[in-house]
Amino acid sequence: MNAGIPLYYFLILATIMFFVGVYGFLTRRNLITILMSVELILNSVNINFLAFNRYLFPHQLEGLFFSLFVIAVAASEAAVAIAIIINIYRRFTTINVEDVNVMKY
Amino acid sequence: MTSNQLMFILFSAMIVVFSILTVTSRKILRAAVYLLFVLVSTAGLYFMLNYQFLAAVQLTLYAGGIVVLIIFSILLTSHIEHQFEQVEWKKSLFSALAAISGAILCIVTILDYKFSATAEAAKEVDLRLIGNSLLSVGKDGYVLPFEVISILLLAAMIAAIVIAKKGAPKKEESQTLNK
Repeated sequence: MNAGIPLYYFLILATIMFFVGVYGFLTRRNLITILMSVELILNSVNINFLAFNRYLFPHQLEGLFFSLFVIAVAASEAAVAIAIIINIYRRFTTINVEDVNVMKY
Repeated sequence: MTSNQLMFILFSAMIVVFSILTVTSRKILRAAVYLLFVLVSTAGLYFMLNYQFLAAVQLTLYAGGIVVLIIFSILLTSHIEHQFEQVEWKKSLFSALAAISGAILCIVTILDYKFSATAEAAKEVDLRLIGNSLLSVGKDGYVLPFEVISILLLAAMIAAIVIAKKGAPKKEESQTLNK
């Protein structure tokens, strides 16, 4: 199955992906690209859950269900975030976070 | 080197390269397509771990649903040809420093820790087992999170419709006045 691939490889890969997402979250100034960075972060966490489940506790299904729920939460988060982004675009005609600095007017 | 390791190296190289491209690309539509590649290679990793159901969910929900949603909203809110300006070198440098130091800290901690696997036999993960556990209330049952997630999805759907629908005509007037 996954012979010859230690658990550490999966964990290091997920770490790199997580921090690339953090870098994007810190540097990006467009709301949609920030949302994409958040998706990267959530996805890297899912890899961790599944790797732990397969390598350390193969007789249980906790990791699988947890990542299933994380995917569902990510989907609803993306839907609501995009609704908010479209609303912001309608009011300010931009989705740059530096130009959107008024909550109500 | 076995074919297994070869596939792992291929998928992980794709994930690393395309996720870096996702956060640095200056054209937003390209960034979304790179994100799609990252999600598809992640599904490949799930197949390697023998979680076929989750890989299918990843492909249909993430790669099929969320990326299409993101691309639609990009088309609604941005010009395709528009390029972001270069990130300030100061901001870029400090963010990269924070990310790299965090990554090094995590990797050192991971390599330091001795993980111990259980000796119990692996369970065959098939769809019947997943469905039974999702709706069972006993041991290894997940009916409560399942119900919570279904309410969350309903709430998110209603919230998305309410937020994104056009405002009342009165609001529109005040908006044009303010402009």
